Amino acid sequence: MGKNLYHKVFDKHAVGQLSSGQYQLFIGLHLIHEVTSPQAFSMLKQRGLKVRFPKRTFATVDHIIPTESRERQRPLRDVLAEEMLVAIEDNTKSNGIEFFGEGSGNQGVVHIIGPELGLTQPGQTIACGDSHTSTHGAFGSLAFGIGTSQVADILATQTMSMSKLKVRRINVTGKLRPGVYAKDVILAIINKLGVNGGVGYAYEYAGPVISAFSMEERMTLCNMSIEGGARIGYVNPDEKTFDYLKGRKYSPTGAEWDKALAYWKSIASDADAQFDDIVELDGSALEPFVTWGITPAQSLPVTRAIPAVESFPSDERPLIREALEYMSLEEGQTISGIPVDVVFIGSCTNGRLSDLQEVARLVTGRKVSPKVKALIVPGSMEVQRQAEALGLKEIFQAAGFQWREPGCSMCLAMNPDKLQGRQICASTSNRNFKGRQGSSSGRTLLMSPAMAAAAAIEGKVSDARVVFAYADAPVGAGKEKT
Amino acid sequence: MSVAQAIIAKVQARAIPVRGNDIDTDRIIPARFLRCVVFDGLGEHSFEDDRLGLKAKGQTHAFDDARYQGAGILFVNKNFGCGSSREHAPQALMRWGIKAIVGESFAEIFFGNCVALGIPCFTASEASLARLMDAAEKSPTSEWTVDVEAGLVKGSAGATPVQESATLPQGPKSQFLSGRWNSLNELLLNLPVVDKVAAGLPYVSGW
Repeated sequence: MGKNLYHKVFDKHAVGQLSSGQYQLFIGLHLIHEVTSPQAFSMLKQRGLKVRFPKRTFATVDHIIPTESRERQRPLRDVLAEEMLVAIEDNTKSNGIEFFGEGSGNQGVVHIIGPELGLTQPGQTIACGDSHTSTHGAFGSLAFGIGTSQVADILATQTMSMSKLKVRRINVTGKLRPGVYAKDVILAIINKLGVNGGVGYAYEYAGPVISAFSMEERMTLCNMSIEGGARIGYVNPDEKTFDYLKGRKYSPTGAEWDKALAYWKSIASDADAQFDDIVELDGSALEPFVTWGITPAQSLPVTRAIPAVESFPSDERPLIREALEYMSLEEGQTISGIPVDVVFIGSCTNGRLSDLQEVARLVTGRKVSPKVKALIVPGSMEVQRQAEALGLKEIFQAAGFQWREPGCSMCLAMNPDKLQGRQICASTSNRNFKGRQGSSSGRTLLMSPAMAAAAAIEGKVSDARVVFAYADAPVGAGKEKT
Repeated sequence: MSVAQAIIAKVQARAIPVRGNDIDTDRIIPARFLRCVVFDGLGEHSFEDDRLGLKAKGQTHAFDDARYQGAGILFVNKNFGCGSSREHAPQALMRWGIKAIVGESFAEIFFGNCVALGIPCFTASEASLARLMDAAEKSPTSEWTVDVEAGLVKGSAGATPVQESATLPQGPKSQFLSGRWNSLNELLLNLPVVDKVAAGLPYVSGW
């Protein structure tokens, strides 16, 4: 009987079993950022421990960093943010860890720079004190979020304790229609399986829709696995994976590349691999999705109306009512037409070059509604450079978008980019939790970059396929990175 | 060096119910409080925006309710702690005084973070949680005991004793009972094997 990728990679990295029955797992790539690492370094210091494998940890600053260039001058105006930035600079320097700060030219959201630098590779175990670490699963790695105590475990030993998960294969069949994107696929999966449907599972995404996805689309997909409760989501590596990695800063070269290819191919799920569960989703039937509530599963196709409270199982109704009240929406109301105040395009979900290229293609020659504040935040300095080289900055600015410096920005609003009061934001990020975008009464509608662009132009939630007259657009036009 | 920390076999304290499914870690500790390099001081900000939101409506969140101050066992519903991996969430609850949680289900990363802090998260049925929450609301001064070995939560609603089954998975259960819930000490013991496994991984050994 064949093995799936999860078990192959897990077994290669298992150091042994602990007294609890859990496994001690070697972590091949450890990524850190300024929010969840300072306390971990303090824990090491307190115990007199050293970083065991400093060359296997890489750091950047993304959550607290301002996205307006004048705000990025040191010291940062926010003294707490400055303190965190100084802490990661000092901790990485004194421990011999590579830090991708602004001066490196490679600063960016940790889940964007890992792949872009070629650090993220198939067959690795990857951990980061950040739940969206699942993003890196797009390359066929086991990548997952951890807490700060585990960051300390990895710094001190390059290992952590972990139980084995079950594996659910999710086959997305058919072919996406124009105007339907990776973001819609993952929102549909979360809607179908629920926000806790993946607890205890790793998700293996497969099927013709996933095979057809570019690497950047696969990253969008895997990124939100955790929103469905799955700590790990991955795609088996294939030629697209290898093509993406070729020539990147940390990718192997020459004879090593051939050895790497052999390893990468060896860890893919076998044709007869076993799974604990298999789910199918018809990709051809999908439409653009929008969230209307306060969890990423509270979503619906843009053409539809918010379902009646009574249509939900009785134990879910209190949360549905709470969501409607918080969002000031009503059952039976169509999602299309809801006015938006802010549009945020960026984040580790949709802050990559192909996302920005698609938005630029759509908004060329159009104008952002005067009622809307619209921000485009590139995911990294590299994305920023490439976008600017392609002239996207001019297209965005001509359309009335603000073009910012790279960071997490309004995905979680730990920097100055925040909603005010009860503003509604059409956002390409990953969480619509209460208060997520920096105002305790602010409201978030999650959607694809194309749908966010449509909302920016129209000033309200709108079907991008109608706004941008998609009929002739080929699937995935302008999506693949050059 | 001793591998073990304190054995956690039982937690005895008053209980506090926080109702609702899918309570995420952004709600437990909003992101603005993550602007810090130490965990100290997070306790008072637990559920801050939920508390302020209810206050504005003339209602009281359990964490603001005088009757529950000093409670140590938290009763919750489904998928508690979903979302962000921030350890700041269990750190905030711990600093507020929470020593154990009983819920219908927990998000995975949150559950693991709690283990590392010595906070057992027990799972009980929906019906059990309904009875436990009702009891805690009816008699907030009752003392409750969660028992790791027996898999039980015991207390009372007024004069009526309440007892429900509340269990931990085998792994964490043995970690709490052996005092090995913070795994770092045990991980450190195996460093020679770690080096061997690392050397056997092609991408670590340099292809």
